[in-house]
This record gives sequence, C-alpha cells and structure tokens, in this order.
Amino acid sequence: MADNFTSPVAEMQQPYTGEPRLRLKGINKSFGAVRALTDVDFEVYAGEVVGLVGDNGAGKSTLIKAISGVGPPDSGEIFLEGQPVKITGPQVSTHLGIETVYQDLALCDNLDVVANLFLGREERSPIRSLSEIHMEQRTLQVLRSLDVKIPSVRTPVMSLSGGQRQSIAVAKSLLRNAKVVLLDEPTAALGVAQTRQVLHMIRRLRDQGLAVVVISHNLADVFEVVDRVIVLRLGKRVATFDVKSITPERVVSAITGAEFGALMEANGNDTAGGTE
Amino acid sequence: MSEMINEKATAGPPTSAVEAASVEVPSYMPRQTLGQLLRGDLGFLPVLLTLVLIAIYFQITSGGFFLVPGNLSNLVNQIATIAMDSLAVTLVLLLGEIDLSVASVGTLGAVVMGILSARLGYPAWAAITIAIVAGALVGFINGLFIAILRIPSFIVTLAALIGYEGLLLYLLNGQATLIINDPAINGIAGSSSSFLPWYLGIGLPTLAVVLYIGGILLDQVNRRRAGLRTKPFWQLIAQIVAVVVVVEGAVTLFENYHGVPNSTAILFLFILLFWLILTKTGFGRHIYAVGGNAEAARRAGINVVAIRITAFTLCSTLAVVGGILAASRETAVASQIEPTLLLQAIGAAVIGGISLFGGRGSVWSIILGALIIGSLVNGLALLNGTQAAAEMLEGAVLLLAVTVDAVVRRAQARSGR
Repeated sequence: MADNFTSPVAEMQQPYTGEPRLRLKGINKSFGAVRALTDVDFEVYAGEVVGLVGDNGAGKSTLIKAISGVGPPDSGEIFLEGQPVKITGPQVSTHLGIETVYQDLALCDNLDVVANLFLGREERSPIRSLSEIHMEQRTLQVLRSLDVKIPSVRTPVMSLSGGQRQSIAVAKSLLRNAKVVLLDEPTAALGVAQTRQVLHMIRRLRDQGLAVVVISHNLADVFEVVDRVIVLRLGKRVATFDVKSITPERVVSAITGAEFGALMEANGNDTAGGTE
Repeated sequence: MSEMINEKATAGPPTSAVEAASVEVPSYMPRQTLGQLLRGDLGFLPVLLTLVLIAIYFQITSGGFFLVPGNLSNLVNQIATIAMDSLAVTLVLLLGEIDLSVASVGTLGAVVMGILSARLGYPAWAAITIAIVAGALVGFINGLFIAILRIPSFIVTLAALIGYEGLLLYLLNGQATLIINDPAINGIAGSSSSFLPWYLGIGLPTLAVVLYIGGILLDQVNRRRAGLRTKPFWQLIAQIVAVVVVVEGAVTLFENYHGVPNSTAILFLFILLFWLILTKTGFGRHIYAVGGNAEAARRAGINVVAIRITAFTLCSTLAVVGGILAASRETAVASQIEPTLLLQAIGAAVIGGISLFGGRGSVWSIILGALIIGSLVNGLALLNGTQAAAEMLEGAVLLLAVTVDAVVRRAQARSGR
C-alpha cells in the first residue's frame, strides 16, 4: 500500500522556513474552572499536512474550534500568512479561507453532488436561474483535482460511499478557494479501501499547496499521510515530530505522557497540579 | 480501488470531457435493481399503475360511465381545490414540516373574498387580491412562530386550523352560506362558461409542450458542447413522446367536451410555475436543502429562517387560491369547512411521492395523487357508493402511501453509506 503512494512530494524534505500559512500564538481557553488550552502555539505551512493528535480531552477539538471560529479563544494571537487576524465566528474564518470539514460532513443527502458542492453559493444565469452546466463543469474540475471517482455527479450524495462523501465535503471547501483545510477525524468509521481513498485525497490537497490539518485518533493513518505531528496533552502542546524520524511508539508515549511527563517536570512546573 | 491508484494525475487538457471521463466512472455505479429504479427516476410508476387500475375498475363496474370526457372533465374540476391545497402543503412538506391549516385558511380566504364581494360590493379583482394578501399574512404569522420561535409546525398550524375556523364563523356572523353573485368570481370555475376558448385550450398546453421540448433539446446541445454527459438519445425521445402524448391526449379529451376547465388551467399554471421555481432557482434548491439537512444548509450560509417563513407564506397564499376556486365552483362560501379536504390535500401529495420527511418529491406528482383521490370519490359516487366507503378507501390508500414513503426512506438509509 505504502509504495503505491510514495509521491515525490512525500519524499521531499521540506525545511518549512519562513512564515507559516497559519500560526497561532499563546492560545488560552477555559470553560469555567477547566483550562482546556494553556498557552498553545500551533503552525501549519503551505503544502504541508499537520497531524494534530492527543487523547480524549487533550484539547484538539477546542483548538480546532478556536481556528474555525466556532469557539473563539480567550486570549492569544492568530496570524494568517503573517497577518494578524481576529476570528470571531465561523463566517469570519470561512471568509479568510479557513475551511473546516467536520465529522458529520454537513451534506444534504437528498441533493446531488453538484448541488451539494455549490450549496449556498449557487451560480446563476442572467435570468437568475441556476447555471447547472457551468456548476457541473466546475464540479468535475474540482473532483478531478482531488482524483475522486464517483458514478455520476448527478447522483444523490446519499448513495455514495463514506469515503466518497468525505471527498465531496472536502471538495466543497476547495471550491471556496480555501487556504487552510481542517479535517476532523476524516477516516473515522471508514473501511480500509475508503480510508486509502481519503488519505490519497489529503495528499492531493497538499500537492495543491494547501495547508492541511488532520485531527485523528488513528496513528496508522497519521503516519501514512502527515508531514509533522503535533501532540496535545491536557491542553498543552507537548511535542512536535517529523514523521520520518520517529516511530508511532514515541508518539503514543507523548500522547499518554509515559515518557514526556518527566521531561515536562524538568522544564519547570509552570502550571502546577492541573496538567499532571 | 485499483483503478484509483493506477489513475495517474496526468496533466491533460483541462476540458470537461476529459474530466467527466476521469471523475464519473460508470462502473462505480452498482447495478440498479428494479427496486432502486422504482425509488429513483421511475418512482411515479407504481402510482400511475394504481391510477390505471382504479380507472379500469370503475370503468367496468360503472358500465362505461367513468372514462368518458364529460365525467373526466367533471373529475378534474372536482380535484382543482384538492390539488391546489396539495401544491400548497407540498412547499412545507419539502421542508420536512406540515401545515394542517390549509383547508381552514383556504376557506377563510374565500370568506374574506365573499364578504368583500357580496356584502361590501367590492369588484372581483379587489376582493380576490385582498383575500390572497390575507392568506399571505396568515402564512407569514405561522412562519414566524415556526421559524423564529421554533414551535413545531404541527402545533402552530393545528392552532391556526382551529383559530381561523373561529375567525371565519365570526366574520360570517352566523350566516351558514354566503351566496356569491359576482359573475367574474363565479366565472372562474362555477358556470357553464368557465372553460377556456378552444384556441387557448389547445394553444396554451401546446405552447408549453413546445417550450419544454425546446428546453430539453437546448440543454442536451449545451451539455454536449460543454463536454458533459448527455442522456442517451432514446431516453430523450421517450421523454418527449411521453409528454406530447399525455398533454395532447388530455387536451383532446377536454376539447371533446366543453373544453379545458378554467380551474384546471389555473392549477397547471401554478404547478408549472412552482416546478420552475423549485427546480431552476436557488430558492427552490434551498428548500430541498433545508428539507434534506437543515443544519448543513445553515452552515452553507442559507438563511433557513427566511426559507421557512417564505414557504409557509406561499403555502397559505396558495391555499387561499384553492379556497377561491372552491367558492367559485359552489358560487357560495359555507361556514362549514370541507372536513376531508385537509387530509385529501396532504394525502394527494404523499401518494404522489412527496416525502413527509422532507426534501424529496416533485410537484408534478401531485397531479397523480390528486387524480387517485378524485377518482375514488368520483367513481364511488358513480356506483352510488357512500361517503363512508369513499373515506375508508381513501384512508387505506393514504396509509399505504405513507408506509411506502417510510419503507423507501429506510431502504435508502440502508443502501446509502
């Protein structure tokens, strides 16, 4: 499986210097007395896939919500292509070119693929009717760029497989000229073949120069597709790895804290009790 | 899977034909079983078959009195109000909501028109316009409660059903039947002259058919030019032939009697209009989207609240049009609301294939559903059958239709994913 997928880009050792496509600095977020995120930094570069991993409650979703505007952070700075931005709501992040594909995909099962891709931003002819032909052409272009295969772009989304549905949801964000795409558990509940299909599509996103963030529990998937892994534990960023130079076991120990607990204490007990 | 991996990202010419070939892989389409076809494009066939069986049954048992131009002309006149209310309720059924107040609001509109015309002496156009505006207002109020306050539509429209029934009794002020004398209002559907002149009766449907054929041929040419997948030629021909046969057949039938009834012409005008709105405009697309997945529609930036309010407003407006047709046919408005009208309207929509769960169905199917219900009533009347028998049969047909809808939905949920 893996050798099928080794593309030149995957081999390329990118130094990732310069300004990240998206950078978060010192993000804090509390829910009442619970500190969900403590001073978290995060960055993703153009043409890079970052895996965001961590155990349940580590703060992955909170961080994603801070980026997507669903749950703005209490404090911290966000930079998009070096420019400071304030993401106060989902509309703002969409406007900035940050697209989030949630687990539930948000597709209308009864509508066909074209209708779903253009939902809410349909193209209209001069007499205000829908320009179906042009939308269908654009749909084919976008799906081709992702190397997606479906029976027909006029089939209702309901009859597509889980992997194809995931692809449609991602294609939707591409149509909006996204700069950053956040994927929440893209391979959860997918079969083996469909998972490969989705991972292949994630590579295509990266090859198009997008900054891609993948949140996943599945380390096998993470290792197959991402360039860097950022590990969150108990609301803090505890480790960053280049996937080529480490083993899944090291990531697991970072997630669970088996190895890095000692290291963090050595770094100083800045926030007592709560994190350990 | 192997096709996918072998397929290299060749930087070929970015023409749609190439894209279509590399994205749309027919082999990915599972072989369609008969059941899947019946759930998809041919979904209307079982309904059509039912209608044919009902027609044949009544034709035989009534001794040949059912399928004659006079009776059929009568039948379509009878179902105009049912079908109009059915079209009205379809707009909210597509959202996954329901409107129980259509019959009540329709009658209220007719009462408003009747009072303005018969008691206050308003001209017909003014009485009709004010009645329709009143209907729109009523629907708008329903919509406010449902869309903004998020009260279930079942409850809001149930309250509306009862409330407006009371209002119309109050407006009629104890009078049981208000006779309408305005010849213009009665001329819509209630008199022997309420048929289109032959040149319009033949000309308008034929014009519509010609435009329709021109439209699909133009679309076919444009799609081919754009390099998109086109329908097979035989399918196109079959589609055209079917439309021509159905429309011209119906016109011939009407012209063999008094002509195309005005009420039928009005009904088809509205169905045609709403078919265009629902399938060719962004608003229509958004109605289906909200009915399919309201949360997805909201996240896509669709103003779900506005869509819901608009749909309920249009629903009550169309219900008043239905009420006016009924009043015109009876040349009177009664304080008594037709008790079976509401269920017949919802029944016609559901029998025709409009899903009660939202997002599925075409407005054209309403005609089939209304014809089935109308045939049962009309046919049983020919057989000197009782109202009791008609209602029991209608109940059974409605239950069957809802069951089919639910089973199809479940089967689709299984075969999806």
